[in-house]
Order: sequence, then structure tokens, then C-alpha cells
Amino acid sequence: MTPVATLDAVEVDYPRRGRALGPFRLSVAAGEIMALVGPSGCGKSTALRLLAGLEPPTRGTVVRAAGRGETAVVFQAPTLAPWLTAQANVALPLELSGTPRAEARARAAEALARVGLAGAEQARPAQLSGGMAMRVSLARALVTGPRLLLLDEPFAALDEITRRALADDVLKLWSETRPAIVFVTHSVEEATYMADRVVVITRGPGRIAGEVAVTGVLPRPPGFRTTPGFREAAEAVSTLLARGAEAAA
Amino acid sequence: MKRLADALAPLALIALLLGAWEAACRLTGVPAYFLPPPSAVAKALVSDPIPLIQASWNTLSVALVALVIASLAAQAIALIVALSPILERAIRPLASTLQVTPVVAIAPLVIIWAGIDHAERAVVALAVLVAFFPIFSGAVTGLKAADPDLERLFALYGATRLQTVLRLRLPSAVPFLLEGHKVGAGLAIIGAVVAEFSAGSGGVRGLAWRILDAGNKLQTARMIAALVVLGLMGVALHALLGRLERAGLAWWRGR
Repeated sequence: MTPVATLDAVEVDYPRRGRALGPFRLSVAAGEIMALVGPSGCGKSTALRLLAGLEPPTRGTVVRAAGRGETAVVFQAPTLAPWLTAQANVALPLELSGTPRAEARARAAEALARVGLAGAEQARPAQLSGGMAMRVSLARALVTGPRLLLLDEPFAALDEITRRALADDVLKLWSETRPAIVFVTHSVEEATYMADRVVVITRGPGRIAGEVAVTGVLPRPPGFRTTPGFREAAEAVSTLLARGAEAAA
Repeated sequence: MKRLADALAPLALIALLLGAWEAACRLTGVPAYFLPPPSAVAKALVSDPIPLIQASWNTLSVALVALVIASLAAQAIALIVALSPILERAIRPLASTLQVTPVVAIAPLVIIWAGIDHAERAVVALAVLVAFFPIFSGAVTGLKAADPDLERLFALYGATRLQTVLRLRLPSAVPFLLEGHKVGAGLAIIGAVVAEFSAGSGGVRGLAWRILDAGNKLQTARMIAALVVLGLMGVALHALLGRLERAGLAWWRGR
């Protein structure tokens, strides 16, 4: 099966900051959930922007099978337009690509219902809690039915309980349409819980320290965090992280 | 109780100062052409109200017309500049130069261009010039103040440049535009008054003309009365626009 997106021998240099990432090779298969884990400043967000096509690599090639409108990004902050209602925010990607307004609004209402926000269509971002705003952001990402969903530390600003609930929600939403998901996190626990493949990145400039396959069904059954499979995978990820930090030091 | 005290405090101070002024005038017996007592100013305010109202309206209407023209021009130019970075680079130094040049210095030139018979046009043009810049720089700043991640999303969803300006950058600029208009309105009044002074006692019979006219006749109470009206007008306009700004922000933010 052809991958949804591939980074081949990519390197990214930033002016004044020097090398941020690479050389780096990564292939995202259709329908898989991949976590990128690494210390702060290791270039994992840069890798995500490469996958999104938001910036080009300095060297190497990026191949993206997902076309325009088939890639969606969720950032660390909800990134909603404060002057628009939740529904108009979610409808935005559709309206920008030319979907008639009425249809876009109807699909946006559906997407909001899927993330558990039916009834909040007319609310403005300022009236929503952090978790709710993040759900709106998620609905906006899902409304186009993307093949590739990229999440850049999406829950980092939320409290533990909200994070866990949202992790389960993302997995449930994934099971409905099965887009490939790549998400960036610095939480070993979150990576192991949500992904079937955890890619560990070394300290910057980021290279791949190794990867860990997590066995177990997705979405996760209750109590998954206490299973030996989860704990072993988390332990393996932690070991790789520590080794990656040493290697670069 | 505290709110009542807060509201009364400035009034009490004004009353106190007016009382001291009145008392000082009566006790020392300064001539009225030098410093008239507040009671004489009050008399000048109410004794002949129609010309005073007429003059206030002349100044206010010039300021409002100037504000509307400045607003339209500033936003249009800012939008064009937002669409083309090279145009912005071209316009910036010119705009800054014009902005730092005092309006009194430009006034004689504009009055010549407008023609002696059309001093009111010169006054409007000068007020426009003064009110233009806060709105323009607010608009330019605001059009660049969009959330960079939202800009990335627009790029990701293939938005055209026009879509990005109309649906992202223009709405993002609203708070800056509101602030710019508030400042611009205050400056429009100042601009109108300064321009009236420059136009002299000939053409435009606004508040500044009244101050000049009364000054020439040494009718000091009438001068101060016109100043009082000018001050009140500025305060009222500022309060009105402050309220509009708050309402606009609440609407924009949704709370």
C-alpha cells in the first residue's frame, strides 16, 4: 500500500538557528496512528510541518499522497477565529475550498455533533472552555474528511482529565473514518496510549532514535494503561528517549 | 456609595476650582479682559447661544466629515498595501514623513491650493490629514496581526490571497481599527481647530474662528466660553467613541 506521506532524507536548516532536523526518514501508512516523541526543540513540530506541506525541507524530498484538502492540522492552541461562531469556524475549510455556504454549515454542525458539541454551534470561542475549544478545532480538522490528520501537541495546554478524555475521543473518531494520524507529544504516556507506532526523536537536531510498536486494539479498552503491553511499550519508549538525549549530548 | 463618590469627585474638584477662581477675581479686581470670572463666562455661554451652537456645529461637522473621509481612505490604502508588500515598502517612508510634519506647517500650502474662497475645503483636507494616520497605522498593524497558525491553516486549505485578506486579516484587524478610529476622531477635532486658525478669520466660522474673533475684540469671556464648548465637545466625542469601541470589541469577541 502506498504511504500517505513520506519524508526521505530530509534536513531542515533555519537561518541563525542552524540545523533543526535531520537527516530524517519517515513513512506514514494509510490509517496508522503514529506518535512523534522527543525532547523540546528536537524538531518534531518541524517534521509535522513538512508532512503538512506547510514548509519545504532544506534538503531531501517530501512525498505527499494526500492532496489539497485531504490534510488537516490541529495546533497546540485551538487556533479559532474569535469573531466567528463555532459552526462558522468549523465550516471555514469547506467554504474556502468553494463548498456552498449552506452545505458547509450543515456539515460543520454534523462535525460538531461528532466531537460531542451538538448545541454549541452558535457559541463563540471566548465562551468555550479550553477542552471545548480544542474539540471545535478537532471538528474543523475532521470536517473535510482528511486522509492525513496532523496533531501538534494538541492537548499540551489542557488538564490531565481533559487530556485523557480527548485522547479517547480522538481514537473513537479515528475508528469512524480511519485517517492516518501523526501526532507530536512530549508525553511518553500519551504517545504509548494513542499510537500504534511511536517514533522517538533525539535531541536537536532531531534524528530518529528508534521506534516502538504498541500492541493492542485501537481504540483502547478501559484499563489499557495497566496492561503489561502498555507498560513494556512505555518503558521501551522511555529507554529510547534517554538514549537519544545521551547520544546528542 | 463608592461609585457615587467616584462620580462626584471630579465634579467637586471642578466646583472647588471655579469657586476659587470666582472668589479670586472678585477679591483682586483683575480687569475682565484679562481674566473674567466664571460667572461672566457662564453669561457669555448662555446669553448668545445660537452663534456658539452654530460655530460648534461647524467645527464638529468638519471633524466628522474629515473622520469619514480619513477612515475610508486609510482603510482602502491599508488594504491595497496589505495585498502587496512591495507597495507597502514604497508607501511607508512617504507616509511617515507626512505623519511627522506638523499640520500647522502644511496648512498655508493647503489653503493656497484650496483657494481663498474655499477655506472650508482646506480645513476639511487638513483635518483628514491628521485623522488619517492613526487609522492607517492601526489598519496596517491589524492586517498583520492575524494568528500565524490561522494563516498556516488558510494556506493549508488553499485560500487565495484575497480570501486570506477578506476572511482572516481584515476581521483580525477589527480591534486595531476600533482603536485607530477612536484616536482619529479626537485628532480630527484638533486638526479642524488648527486648520481653522490657519485659515484665519476669513472663511470658516467654527469655534477657532470664534476664539480668534473674540480675542481680537478682547472679549475674553467669549474666548473662554468657546474653549469650554470645545473641551466639552472633545470629551463627549471621546466618550462616545470609547463606548463604541467597547461595544465593537464585545461583538467581535463574542462577550
